[in-house]
Amino acid sequence: MDHSLSAENLAVGYDQREIIHDLSVRIPAGKISVIVGANACGKSTLLKTLARLLKPSRGSVLLDGKSIQQIPTREVAMRLGLLPQAPTAPEGITVADLVGRGRYPRQGWIRQWTPADDEAIADAMMSTDVLEIADRPIDELSGGQRQRVWIAMALAQETGILLLDEPTTFLDLTHQIDVLELLVDLNKRDQRTIVLVLHDLNQACRFGDHLIAMKNGTIVAEGNPADVITEPLVQDVFGLAVKVIPDPVAGAPMVVPLGRHTNRADARPHPSTPAAKALAASAAATGICTPTQH
Amino acid sequence: MTAGVELSPAQVISRARSARRARSVVVIAVLAAVVFVIFCVSLSLGDFKIPVVDVVKTLFGGGDRATEFIVNKLRLPRALTGVLVGLALGMSGAIFQSIARNPLASPDIIGVTYGASAFAVLAIVTLGLTGAAVAALAIAGALLTAIIMYLLAWRRGVSSYRLILVGIGIGAMATSFTSYLLTKARVEIAQQALIWLTGSLNGRDWSQVRSMAITLAVLSPVLVLLVRRLRILQLGDETAYGLGLQVELSRLGLIVVGVLLAAMATAAAGPIGFVAFVAPPIARWLTRSPGPALVASALIGAFVVSLSDLIAQHGLGHTQLPVGVVTGVVGAPYLMFLLARTNRVGSGG
Repeated sequence: MDHSLSAENLAVGYDQREIIHDLSVRIPAGKISVIVGANACGKSTLLKTLARLLKPSRGSVLLDGKSIQQIPTREVAMRLGLLPQAPTAPEGITVADLVGRGRYPRQGWIRQWTPADDEAIADAMMSTDVLEIADRPIDELSGGQRQRVWIAMALAQETGILLLDEPTTFLDLTHQIDVLELLVDLNKRDQRTIVLVLHDLNQACRFGDHLIAMKNGTIVAEGNPADVITEPLVQDVFGLAVKVIPDPVAGAPMVVPLGRHTNRADARPHPSTPAAKALAASAAATGICTPTQH
Repeated sequence: MTAGVELSPAQVISRARSARRARSVVVIAVLAAVVFVIFCVSLSLGDFKIPVVDVVKTLFGGGDRATEFIVNKLRLPRALTGVLVGLALGMSGAIFQSIARNPLASPDIIGVTYGASAFAVLAIVTLGLTGAAVAALAIAGALLTAIIMYLLAWRRGVSSYRLILVGIGIGAMATSFTSYLLTKARVEIAQQALIWLTGSLNGRDWSQVRSMAITLAVLSPVLVLLVRRLRILQLGDETAYGLGLQVELSRLGLIVVGVLLAAMATAAAGPIGFVAFVAPPIARWLTRSPGPALVASALIGAFVVSLSDLIAQHGLGHTQLPVGVVTGVVGAPYLMFLLARTNRVGSGG
């Protein structure tokens, strides 16, 4: 299952506009890497280039040490799976049918369904908890269920590496957490290497092992979330003044924007609930967040 | 799920697949039977009526001389051309609509058949050609249109949206060129061109049957190999890349096959409108298939053309119409329905 993915001196762009100028990165194997950054910083471009959707004008993406453009695309598809940001499914397609199409790179010229295909499809659907809805058309499902089905399709591909472009974008908070926890499960169970683009910094810190922070097409910082997410870095990358405190549940860095409006009476923290008490206690202990005195 | 029996997850998957396939197989069998019935009925009708039973007997080599002459020599070429043209149009439509992921993308909506028509009218009106020469120019016109369309739509790959818009634009240009030629032409010649433009099976002989049969015999195996790629292409370019499909190459191959099918059908019977456009959605609806439903679409195409020609020939007493008039009457309302529904849903597909 272990495959290595890295990029060397990448330059990528659309038409005349170069977005990534000179970027090198090594994706840690068996971990969840999250690419974060402001809009238009090149994070989706980097993910698409890693997935060979975009061809770099300079430099190369290396899959197991070999340029990904040199490897037959079907062979790449057996090692590296991709879930695009807004995938489209034909009208009326059922869950089992869609997940089954993930087997494409592993089947020959004439379609032959083997028991191994069925096992892989069933396994993918069980780990994403969509086996019960196997016969339902995709269009009838909720956004969260649909995203699970797409992840199942990528899993049916049985790749050691899985790339996801903003998998939580169109989901409500419950389903966002649901999808992220599912990815952690998949990572823990098979040591699958997962790379995803996320907008929410707090979720990135909570669920990522490795953070890649981007700005203007270059990597500003990367590493453990606790090391990467600092107040100056967020100020630099997002242009936003924030406080960084450990989150009361997992202890991962939590980003709280300072913003301009902090004078609302009901917004001031009162240590009344257990979570807020823990938050205040940890804040006091680490001295990161001292409530402003008025 | 079936009650009582506990299925393993893998069995659930293979059962679901068999169920989907079973429905398609049944629909295809029924459609084939229906097409055969219409085919026989159309062979039995005419100035000299022959019982359907005798038609079937004659087809399998057991009729008397007179019926054999009428059925095999006089009526069979026209009926066979109708069926084969319908099969080709149905498949072509299914290919285009699946590639573009849009029900509006069929060769008769995006420019391909308009290009064929423009060249055919040029052949009839300006060059004074007839028969096979017109057909050859029609094919050339379809191919040229398709090439221009593909090149104009190309920008680091061909997006389906651009393909449709460019196609409609080229279609409009071809149509205005056709109209220009017609206004310059003498009335009798313009009328001859107009009949061709409506799409007609009148006076088709074995040469049309032969060219259509060869076309289908050559392209069907190619399609068998390409249909899996088409199913992946339906998932969108990015997903298809992710699944290891050679996206542009597959799309180009499918477009070539789709254009050839439409071009040959148009050369054989003129631009019979709306068949390629309505056949695939009906087929998908009957089979409940999300996929291209190529075989079912082909059979629906054959069904629509055969039935329309039956109505055009015999439905209105002694007035005989070109088949394209009937398919237009059926197809145009569907186009309006589709546009209205798409507007309501608020997505262009």
